[in-house]
Amino acid sequence: MSLNIVVLAKQVPDTRNVGPDAMTPEGTVNRSALPAIFNPEDLNALEQALRLKDQNPGTTVTVITMGPGRAAEVIREAMYRGADGGYLLTDRAFAGADTLATSYALSTAIKYVVPNADLIIGGRQAIDGDTAQVGPQVAEKLGLNQITYTEEILDCKDGHITVKRHIDGGVETVESPLPCVLTVNGSAAPCRPRNIKLVMKFKRALAPMELAPGTTFADLPYAEQYEQKPYLTIGQLSCADVNADLQQCGLAGSPTKVKAVENIVFKAKESKTLTGSDEDINGLVQELLASHTIG
Amino acid sequence: MANFYTDIPEIKFELENSSLMPRIVELKERGFADKDTYAEAPQDYADAIDNYEHMLEIVGDITANTVAVNAEAVDAEGPHCENGRVRYAEKTYENLAAMNKAGLNGMTMPRRYNGLNLPVVAYTAANEIVSTGDASFENIWSLQDCIETLYCFGNEEQRQKYVPRVCAGETMSMDLTEPDAGSDLQSVMLKATYDEENKCWRLNGSKRFITNGDSDIHLVLARSEAGTRDGRGLSMFIYDKRDGGVNVRRIENKLGIHGSPTCELVYKNAKCELCGDTKLGLIKYVMSLMNGARLGIAAQSVGLSQAAYNEAIAYARDRKQFGKAIIEFPAVQELIANIKARLDAGRALLYQTARYVDIYKALEDISRERKLTPEERQELKAFNRLADSFTPLAKGMNSEYANQNGYDCIQVHGGSGFMVEYACQRIYRDARITSIYEGTTQLQVVAAIRYVTNGQYANVIADMEKETVRPEYEPIMARLKEMAVKFNECTAKVKEAADNDFHDLCARHLYDMVSNIIMSHLLLQNASKAPELFGKSLQVYVNLAEAEIEKHYRWISNLTPAQLENYKQA
Repeated sequence: MSLNIVVLAKQVPDTRNVGPDAMTPEGTVNRSALPAIFNPEDLNALEQALRLKDQNPGTTVTVITMGPGRAAEVIREAMYRGADGGYLLTDRAFAGADTLATSYALSTAIKYVVPNADLIIGGRQAIDGDTAQVGPQVAEKLGLNQITYTEEILDCKDGHITVKRHIDGGVETVESPLPCVLTVNGSAAPCRPRNIKLVMKFKRALAPMELAPGTTFADLPYAEQYEQKPYLTIGQLSCADVNADLQQCGLAGSPTKVKAVENIVFKAKESKTLTGSDEDINGLVQELLASHTIG
Repeated sequence: MANFYTDIPEIKFELENSSLMPRIVELKERGFADKDTYAEAPQDYADAIDNYEHMLEIVGDITANTVAVNAEAVDAEGPHCENGRVRYAEKTYENLAAMNKAGLNGMTMPRRYNGLNLPVVAYTAANEIVSTGDASFENIWSLQDCIETLYCFGNEEQRQKYVPRVCAGETMSMDLTEPDAGSDLQSVMLKATYDEENKCWRLNGSKRFITNGDSDIHLVLARSEAGTRDGRGLSMFIYDKRDGGVNVRRIENKLGIHGSPTCELVYKNAKCELCGDTKLGLIKYVMSLMNGARLGIAAQSVGLSQAAYNEAIAYARDRKQFGKAIIEFPAVQELIANIKARLDAGRALLYQTARYVDIYKALEDISRERKLTPEERQELKAFNRLADSFTPLAKGMNSEYANQNGYDCIQVHGGSGFMVEYACQRIYRDARITSIYEGTTQLQVVAAIRYVTNGQYANVIADMEKETVRPEYEPIMARLKEMAVKFNECTAKVKEAADNDFHDLCARHLYDMVSNIIMSHLLLQNASKAPELFGKSLQVYVNLAEAEIEKHYRWISNLTPAQLENYKQA
């Protein structure tokens, strides 16, 4: 059975290797100090999609990412591993989106470019925001079932999918009719390496947004290649292309308002030493309850 | 993230900085004839080099982050023999899966058979990098290179049947050695008989010490001419595991390369196909197979030397004694500088050899498609000779260096190096086989010595002396010329003696002399182009080489035919 699969991927700053200059003095992420990478759990998601493609001839895997021009890198990286192609969702109107506006934009793009999607697969969460909200919200907006914390797809046939989920203290096996949305956990199989023939084939693939301002594909080296090989032009979609409602996009569509960002530096003088005694443990619990850290 | 290609700029230098490279790419790509047919084919020279770099970056990534990480577990577990089959160590399968998903198979094969059409230089670099991660895995992965022999000497039907399978990741082995036929392959007795009824050949007998002996596709050396006892009665056969008939009796328990299964094989009426013509098995096909395999061992050895260097320097920076890191002590500095110098010199020799092989192999392949021009025939002949004369130097010297570097790497570690917790002991054990298999160093000397006496190396060195070098390296060039004078003097003395035993006893010394001189020149050329990368190694290596030349010069000068008796023990 051939499937139409959409993989949602995000380019993120590599927060796993944070150096001393990772944050600006203003308390925002210093993106120039952190390399931009393929969000790790989105790679796990891509692997699940590619496995289904291996097992089901005729399956297409389309990657959708939202971001600036350089985010097209994740689409290329996915193509190097076996994705058929992708779309960069890019527009000033999408800027400043919280998870609600992001999921709105992604869901309109999915409806526009892969209206007959059987599966939409994304990572559990991105390592920059750590919300784990986008996948489930996309499912809601598309009116589809969702399976979160996917660890392994056990079976996918006759319009049904069986999935092993990673839950607290064990695993759970669930089944859903297609189409549905999966979010994949980092404990799922790691993504396959880049394939050299695919790298050789797609290494020059570019989204129009990646071109230097005022230039076109005709100005690039090997310009004739872009005319001869349509797959070297990565799909690009604006707000208008996907008929998105501007009020629901970007900052305008984002109810989340960041009040302040604080850079917390723990200092030794603020620390306390607790013993394992009941008294100390009770004291700590009371303190955490009082500060609403737990409870 | 670690990457065994991008972390080692010397490899990129070797890939790109040779005046031979444009010719290699042009020949291999047939003037870029594939560019409109295959999406992955390069458009021009720069595009081809870019492709090679992408390939090596993937190899470097997989090797650093999968193969090297798995190496300790693979070494500890090793392969198992179950019901006549080999089961690799668990993590070996993970390594193989990564290489296969990345499409790193059929590296040098033409695109029409799904190959990557890479030159030997690029494949050699990949080979070296894999070996840095795990030399035992390099064995399994690099045996794909046997397909080159099947491609060269098999018929079109066989090419179409087997080459795409290897490109898809099926593994290979070369079944040559038998209990009574090691270095002396003329004594091979595995019997090949023609089965008139089924119109196929059958194999009966056994083989020993077969690396990756349970592979998917075997090249087998067997005696097809009943009643013969020498090399002219041997032919080469292709055994397809899908046909059955060959079982693994046992896997050897070895000192090193634990992950690589070394098998004893039993052939019971195994169906096989003749590859090429009968009687040419040893004298033509195995010679070709061995030359490729020897270059492979040279690459494996360089990879091990790189691993020894990585481990030694990391430990020396980290380990503190007497209040400072041990890398600050001259005695330790010398150990590490020597490892690096031998590594850089050996690597330069490896790639120069690979380039020679590339040009002659590509021309040879073109000659199957069309008649070569007289100029091309000359070129083929010259590069074939260079390849044949350099291969035994690259294999012998790099394998000896890998051993020395592994030894010195342990020495840098002190007592900790003797403990199995550190990788250096695995490198040391793995290196030990490199100077033995695919022809011992002593047999590399036998293969090389004719080029000492017929003047081939002397001519190569004379050409190298004409190269322009950076002005600050002129004094080094002068020293190299002095070294060549001593080598020529020794060669003359040995030839004048006209005594076979005297000649054979001096051979290893002449071999070492000529290798040291050639490597010094190659390093000098590299340092002239990139002093920041090779300047230190050049100075260190020439100091070593000059001392070696002096040693051998004294040794040969002092030897008289009358002394030969002293070297004979009853």
